[in-house]
Amino acid sequence: MSNFTRRNFLKAGVAAAVAGTSMSYGSFAIGGAGKKVVVVGGGIGGATAAKYIRMMDPTVDVTVIEANKDYYTCFMSNEVLSGERTLDSIRFGYTGLQKHGVNIVHDMVTGIDADKRVVKTAGGDSFSYDRCIVAPGIDFKWEAIDGYDAKVAENTPHAWKAGSQTATLRKQLEGMKDGGTFVMVPPTNPFRCPPGPYERTAQVAHYFQQNKPKSSIIILDPKKKFSKFGLFKSGWARHFGFDPENPNGPGMIKWINSEAGGTVSSYDAGSKTVTAKAGKFKGDVVNIIPPQKAGKIAFSAGLTNDKGWCPIDGKTFESTIHKNIHVIGDSSISKPMPKSGYAANSQAKVCAAAVVAMLQGGGAPTPSYVNTCYSIIAPGDGISVAMVYAYDESAGKIIKVKGSGGLTPSEFDPELRAREQQYAYSWFNNITSDVFK
Amino acid sequence: MKQSSILQTALLTCGLAFSAASFAGSGPSGAMLGNTCAGCHGTDGVSNGPATPSIAGLDYDYFVEAMNEFKEDKRNTTIMARIAKGYSKAEIETMSKYFADKEYVRANQTTDAAAAKRGAKLHKKYCKNCHGDTGISEDKDDDSGMLAGQWKPYMTYTLADYQSGKREYGKKMGKKIKKVQKDLGDKGFADLLEYYASQK
Repeated sequence: MSNFTRRNFLKAGVAAAVAGTSMSYGSFAIGGAGKKVVVVGGGIGGATAAKYIRMMDPTVDVTVIEANKDYYTCFMSNEVLSGERTLDSIRFGYTGLQKHGVNIVHDMVTGIDADKRVVKTAGGDSFSYDRCIVAPGIDFKWEAIDGYDAKVAENTPHAWKAGSQTATLRKQLEGMKDGGTFVMVPPTNPFRCPPGPYERTAQVAHYFQQNKPKSSIIILDPKKKFSKFGLFKSGWARHFGFDPENPNGPGMIKWINSEAGGTVSSYDAGSKTVTAKAGKFKGDVVNIIPPQKAGKIAFSAGLTNDKGWCPIDGKTFESTIHKNIHVIGDSSISKPMPKSGYAANSQAKVCAAAVVAMLQGGGAPTPSYVNTCYSIIAPGDGISVAMVYAYDESAGKIIKVKGSGGLTPSEFDPELRAREQQYAYSWFNNITSDVFK
Repeated sequence: MKQSSILQTALLTCGLAFSAASFAGSGPSGAMLGNTCAGCHGTDGVSNGPATPSIAGLDYDYFVEAMNEFKEDKRNTTIMARIAKGYSKAEIETMSKYFADKEYVRANQTTDAAAAKRGAKLHKKYCKNCHGDTGISEDKDDDSGMLAGQWKPYMTYTLADYQSGKREYGKKMGKKIKKVQKDLGDKGFADLLEYYASQK
């Protein structure tokens, strides 16, 4: 009985039924058979959902439509900036998904007709679906900072979607003179990877310390605090020179928060000068991470609310605006879960189980979700935050499981922090394999 | 209309099978819970390493005990205590059953052949009685950990915790650990871990 899974039971049921007729059926509509799922976007959420639907019910026809041939993970991309890892080490393709029987189409989705249940692409193709899963990640609010748009971002990278942007920023850091200034502008909430800008600060500081020790980092932040706040501040202080009591004081890292005038209004690309309330800051390398909203297709498909994100039912991730369309990952409003890769992976599995159950004519199963997020401050100093989530049926929303989760202890224990770093790498290996292999 | 009645029967069978699997009790299914572990422990609990252990095929009682120890802060961990606190007793049991039914896959890792050979001899002398002939006990009733083919960094951490007293061990294991330490020192442990890690 040990391997008597639901899937095997289903197969056994079908086999028995077919055997009983002494007739053979090529395919007939049973369970999810012949049902079509189209996944828009092959990032962490989309790829996970596609793979897990096929694992849960191999009779469902699953197509992923993704513009790019390769996916670069945002997580661990800060280690590419410091030179601790190569860009190639965060690159993943789609052959693994194909082995699970997922159809991969490299095209750009331009529209979704929710009434006719058809996805349309720039290439002129149409894909009909029984259920559609939309996972487009984030887009930027280019209007937020005067003088900073998609064109300017080619030379002043955001590097908040990994790949060529990561490569550009790395190249600029490598080309910077010792004694130069790196200016970073984190976004307002909510945004993809809440600890990301502060891990990036640490990784760039680590690179400077090893190669350009006279250099400095100025963070112009529109916020008063951020994820893993205490852990990052003490980590910056321990490794690189930062004064938590006087964040604008001497030391490699200066953090100018909203109260100190860190909110940025404009950028002059010609002189690489950022204008904040506190004054003008000229950088040798500038990294602006603009405020964010749901990916473009979420808007054209009419899946967003007035704040620019997609409202969903947390049990199924079905859009509360359009039936038969599910939204997962960064674009979705899945509070209290953060916009992280692991959250997208976890949501994708809950969504996949719901989609499979609904295609088979049943109700969505009881969900369980998790998030773990690692940051590496410096070699041998990893930190993490974790949380387990459940679905509150009566309130109809995702909730944190009381008593679970939390941060790495603030007291610095070198042995524990070294282990956290190794577990961070293990998480990277396992989640990328869980998504793409 | 033979075809359609067969189809109905099949649908009914599947429908029943499905509801039985999904709605037995009100909590999440084993697969639903198990899927949350995959990001760190690998799809179906088979870890790609280097440090997170594989949990596929772990003995049911061992799994329950480990989760309870994490939950009650009785085991030295980085993150597992924080995560284990998110699951109820029933959920831990469901999860344990799910992983106990999965196939254990030994890790593919580089090892030192000479050290592994020395380790094999030490295993026979000091560890075999509880951990089985090769590092996985055949006796389903005992609660010894699975060592053969487990990730080396994880075993290194575990051993360090035993040695430093951060993790408690039974009387028998304590005796053996002290004996290895006395007879062979740290090298003895290193050889043992190479032996376990070398088993593919």
